[in-house]
Amino acid sequence: MSAPIVRFRGVSKSYDGRTPVVAGLDLDIARGEFLTLLGPSGSGKTTTLMMLAGFEDPSSGSIELEGKRIDTVPPHKRGIGVVFQNYALFPHMTVARNLAFPLSVRGTSRAEITTRIAKALEMVRLSGFGDRRPQQLSGGQQQRVALARALIFSPSLVLMDEPLGALDKQLREELQLEIRRIHATLGVTIVYVTHDQSEALTMSDRIAVFEGGRIQQLGSADAIYERPANAFVAGFIGENNRMEAVVADSTTLRLSDGTMLATAPHGFSAGERVIACIRPEKVHLAEAGQRAPVTEVVYLGDHCRLRLSYAGLPDFFAKRPSLDGVALPQVGEAVFLAIPPTAVMVFRATPHRE
Amino acid sequence: MRRTNWLAALLIAPLMLLILGSFLLPVGFALFTAVADREVAATLPRTRAALAAWDGVGLPPEPAFAAMAQELGQALEDRRIGDMAQRLNFERTGMRGLLLRTARAAGRLEAPYAASMVALDARWGEGDTWLLVQRAGGPVTPLYLLRAMDLQRAPGGGVQAVAAEEALYRQLFWRTLGISLAVTALCVLLAYPVAYTIAKLSAPWSAVALMLVLIPFWSSVLVRSTAWFVLLQREGPVNQAMMALGLIDAPVQVVGTRIAVVVALVHVLLPFAVLPMHSVMKRLDGIYLRAAASLGANGVQRFLRVYLPMSMPGVLAGAAMVFLLAVGMYTAPALVGGDRDQMVAWFIAYFMNREVNWGMAAALSAYLLAMTGAAIGLARVLTGGVATIGGRA
Repeated sequence: MSAPIVRFRGVSKSYDGRTPVVAGLDLDIARGEFLTLLGPSGSGKTTTLMMLAGFEDPSSGSIELEGKRIDTVPPHKRGIGVVFQNYALFPHMTVARNLAFPLSVRGTSRAEITTRIAKALEMVRLSGFGDRRPQQLSGGQQQRVALARALIFSPSLVLMDEPLGALDKQLREELQLEIRRIHATLGVTIVYVTHDQSEALTMSDRIAVFEGGRIQQLGSADAIYERPANAFVAGFIGENNRMEAVVADSTTLRLSDGTMLATAPHGFSAGERVIACIRPEKVHLAEAGQRAPVTEVVYLGDHCRLRLSYAGLPDFFAKRPSLDGVALPQVGEAVFLAIPPTAVMVFRATPHRE
Repeated sequence: MRRTNWLAALLIAPLMLLILGSFLLPVGFALFTAVADREVAATLPRTRAALAAWDGVGLPPEPAFAAMAQELGQALEDRRIGDMAQRLNFERTGMRGLLLRTARAAGRLEAPYAASMVALDARWGEGDTWLLVQRAGGPVTPLYLLRAMDLQRAPGGGVQAVAAEEALYRQLFWRTLGISLAVTALCVLLAYPVAYTIAKLSAPWSAVALMLVLIPFWSSVLVRSTAWFVLLQREGPVNQAMMALGLIDAPVQVVGTRIAVVVALVHVLLPFAVLPMHSVMKRLDGIYLRAAASLGANGVQRFLRVYLPMSMPGVLAGAAMVFLLAVGMYTAPALVGGDRDQMVAWFIAYFMNREVNWGMAAALSAYLLAMTGAAIGLARVLTGGVATIGGRA
């Protein structure tokens, strides 16, 4: 792997000197990758992005871009493109003048600016919109202009702060594809902040899951979904049935109501309190096994979602794919659960924080 | 639906009546006064009727002379001659004397009146005198509107400039415009950094700073202008301070100069520039400046290309406000200005209070209104060109 384009080393940020918003962040961002910072609000992901953009100063630590320290460089000298959630298009300028802005402040020639604007508009499929004012465009169009404006001066790194947060679902998906396409075409490095896990899963090369100012896990989408590093990641990404349990022996957990659950709790000793997580789609219905009464059935077309009463939990969910010729379970019936030992994820009972 | 419309109309009826009664009617009345011509028709109705058929060539027929002599005598007896004499004297100096003299002699005049009146005063034998009376028959006259622009009716019809030594008002309007524009420019230049700083201050301090801007409103314009009179006079603190610092050797006469008028007006009107600017600037989202920085703009470029244009609606609103108020200012120039520094409002007051010439006061007011209307229109056009703030669809 070549040298990372961005390197965070021990970066911390605190506004009041006591509570850290970002704590001891070490992060390498590879050239050309699409990295998503994912986390609930207040987890430090946006602050991390703003420190990289230069709008926030780290309280300690260093940030390098292309091997040079930039945490003391003012934002306008960093040459990083930024796309904001609310577009931040200048309302007193036309689309073309918005796009010309980063070029004209750099002293680019008029002819060059005109060609680059035409190319940029073409890239975001808005050719012919140059003379409009931002207010005359839809939200999706405005965000495409903002995207084009952040890319037009050919930055090697582009930051996006929840760029699709204000758009409706359909537009969001359309623009997700568009951003992916642009990323693939230009080979630019993108750092993307979102709190929408499905957006993170579909778009990213790697995802950094933030919580409490720390990266809880950094990895590819499937790694984070299939092999969450701790109970927080398991709960934040995708759906999970979360149960408190005690390790009975090397192959069994005992749930709080005494139900025994087969799995392999690596690295835990007997008697230790743990959290067991099972994703609903990994719970199989079987002819025989552990019995669970159905309290609710939600039909969703390609699958149905069952609310079960299991192991003392009133809200244990299972997903069952829609199958030809198989009747749906009814409320009040009981089903039998087959939970493969590999489906059970075991985590330390205390949330993973150093 | 119709019922709710009725109810809505009923609810706003008091407001509409208030606007009608306290704004539209008085302004309409004042504007009409600028062209109204009632005095001759009220005092000399029969003369006016007799002159109506006259073609204006030579002298009017005998019945006009007879009616004039009788009605003047009657009017003097009834003590109603003053307004009419003043009205005609305003248009041509000397008319008051002629009319009063004729009225006093009315009892002695005998038919044929044409001969006896010309014998009394040769001016009755001039067609111009009679044309003047005929034209003043009303009901409307362009006299005041023309005079307020230093124009008058030419004897042969049409319009001509008044004699150079009588010309006054065009210069007055230019002076008013000049002082108002200077005050507006100074207020904008001084208010912009103030509003900018207040908008940048954090929560408790911005409120305190805004309060400080508003404190001058606690005292009246009169008090503030008088304070400038005290400060700027020959023995005042400003002169003393400058002499103590060795900047000047002898006290400088500031009171009674154009500078004093501009200083006092800027002080009185500054808050009106700060407030609209501040209200636009505090809503100006910092995200635009961040975006500009991320796009490579340095501090100067961010200010000139993003902040300044986006704060322009506030600047124009503040400038329009200051200009409108400055144009109509009376107190401050009257207190600290000299004779040559008075503005239109001073002359309006002069015609109202001293001359009791409502027509002239109304004509000056009408032009002032037109001037402010043009300023508002210009501000509208200019702000319309600037995009609205916070365009986030």
